[in-house]
Amino acid sequence: MANKIIELRNITKSFDGQVVLDNISLDIYDNEFLTLLGPSGCGKTTLLRLIGGFETPDAGDILFMGQRINDLPPHKRNVNTVFQRYALFPHLNVFDNVAFALRERKVPRQEIDQRVEEMLSLVALTGFEHRSVTRLSGGQQQRVAIARALVGRPRVLLLDEPLAALDLKLRKDMQQELKKIQKATGITFVFVTHDQEEALSMSDTIVVISEGRIQQIGASQDVYNEPKNAFVADFIGESNIVDGVMRQDRSVSFSGQTFVCVDEGFAPNEPVDVVVRPEDVDIVPPEAGMLRGVVTSVTFMGVHYEVIVDIGGFKWMIQTTDFVDVDEHIGLVIEPDAIHIMKKSEYSGLYGDYASFSNEFDELSDAESEADE
Amino acid sequence: MNKKARRGSLVTGVTSAPYQLWAVIFIVVPLIFVAYYAFTDNDFRFTTDNITRFFTATSSVTGAGGATGEVRTYMVIVWRSVRLAFLSTVVCLLLGYPLAYIISRASDRAQKTMMTLIMIPMWMNFLIRTYAWMTILQDTGILNNLLAALHLGRVHIIGTETAVVIGMVYDYLPYMILPLYSIMAKMDHRLIEAARDLGCAPAGVLRRVILPLSMPGVVNGVTMVLIPSISTFYISQKLGDGMFFLLGDAIEGQYVAGNLHFAAAIAFILMVALLAAMGVMRRLTDKYTYGGQ
Repeated sequence: MANKIIELRNITKSFDGQVVLDNISLDIYDNEFLTLLGPSGCGKTTLLRLIGGFETPDAGDILFMGQRINDLPPHKRNVNTVFQRYALFPHLNVFDNVAFALRERKVPRQEIDQRVEEMLSLVALTGFEHRSVTRLSGGQQQRVAIARALVGRPRVLLLDEPLAALDLKLRKDMQQELKKIQKATGITFVFVTHDQEEALSMSDTIVVISEGRIQQIGASQDVYNEPKNAFVADFIGESNIVDGVMRQDRSVSFSGQTFVCVDEGFAPNEPVDVVVRPEDVDIVPPEAGMLRGVVTSVTFMGVHYEVIVDIGGFKWMIQTTDFVDVDEHIGLVIEPDAIHIMKKSEYSGLYGDYASFSNEFDELSDAESEADE
Repeated sequence: MNKKARRGSLVTGVTSAPYQLWAVIFIVVPLIFVAYYAFTDNDFRFTTDNITRFFTATSSVTGAGGATGEVRTYMVIVWRSVRLAFLSTVVCLLLGYPLAYIISRASDRAQKTMMTLIMIPMWMNFLIRTYAWMTILQDTGILNNLLAALHLGRVHIIGTETAVVIGMVYDYLPYMILPLYSIMAKMDHRLIEAARDLGCAPAGVLRRVILPLSMPGVVNGVTMVLIPSISTFYISQKLGDGMFFLLGDAIEGQYVAGNLHFAAAIAFILMVALLAAMGVMRRLTDKYTYGGQ
């Protein structure tokens, strides 16, 4: 993980006066599985296209192994792409699609045969050589696209939402498989997705992007456990985000109570955002709780129940395996290490309240009337 | 289920009846008449003389050295028609292909404008277009005046095969561009990006992706230009000074001269030959373009 393979330095890009990427700087290391994660329209695909050579930045530099490649056309870059919806050549069969890059390089025929076979066995498509790509299932087309991009042995593989078109079961399988292929080949993968679960389960490094800016770079666990701001906390997993005030190191007040936490380094009485993950809250009898509230909705999710609790007008989400009933009064216990403190940001107050989570509109009006009291 | 299907076919039958009637009256019946006239003499008795005459009629020509010789008249005309039609088709393809590609990659607005510009000449009668070319290509015409003004000398074009080909290309170029453009406009741009990504320089993208994917358009365009240009007439009379008598001119000439039966025979033979050619073309398309393999 020591060698930087791609460096993006202060990249800015706009389309028709609209800023899509705003001063992006990012290092991509050799042999890592890096995911660009963000909602649609956040600029992640544009970033990938810049690395692939299909767009040029308005400002900033792209370095590939130390060399500036801003103006290098795509066919001269040692980078290959797995396109969204694959972009397989419909006039070529599976073998010829995979062999495309090798034929362009005038690789000897014997070596082509051998390397294509190698790739097809890597993606478990041996025996499909002469099939027309238009007659393959989505998952099979996906594998052909991966084999086609890998056969030229690029230093970096770019994947643009490659699993978005697959159904859930197949997507899970392909996630595993992609991870395995990345490990086996040792090629750096830059993976674009808007699916936070996919990002968490596959990546060495996650880059969270919103509105053309990098919000956080970190390992899966770091991004999940230590989100930098309300956007990251909300986008990755479920989060209750409430306004709080840092009393002193390891002490924070929110929802009218003061809690012990593990965070330090904030100014005394600094306003902060407090994140509590729904699975980190324990339900206890009201009298034993640090917070008390009324259950407003319960949804069975299979492994757990998703419970919405009204605490002083703010709706919390709690994931629990214990059954509670609607209108039941319950108490909540939050351990110190379940509390994560974030500095206030432009995203504060925008996320983390589950008032509008339920599909019932009277819930919303309930919350308002209670807030009025 | 059965009843429903039958009712469906009844509805289809009733609604399509006017078109079928139209097709019978204006396509099938005339074709039958052409065949009937081709195989009868002036008294409407069956004969194959008209057909035989087409293949055997001879006329004497004076060669370059002053020597005279006998040639099979219509074989000479067929060869000339086919040759000029192929030449025009190739020129149309060479001009039309890059143009169609450029249009298909332009902005939406530019695409509309360019397509309109290409269509506008088709709104004019082709006789007028042909006369326009006469005034341009004449020895004292616009082109030569322009060249003279630029001190580039003069060229003699009118009355040559070149003039005939220019006229045919001008008339039929839109029919080449339209099918090529429609297939290129539909082409998935990501396929071009994928080829670039996999190491193709722009020339490689053209050869390995755009060309094979646009083959159906090429076949359509070639068909739409080749067939009418084989049977074209009038252009050669006006731009070729009547020196390059083509099959279309032969049909017209026989018709005007009142030889309806022989005119029908030429038309009939041309039709059969074109049908056969189209059949071969269809076969080749299915074989060499994707989707049909």
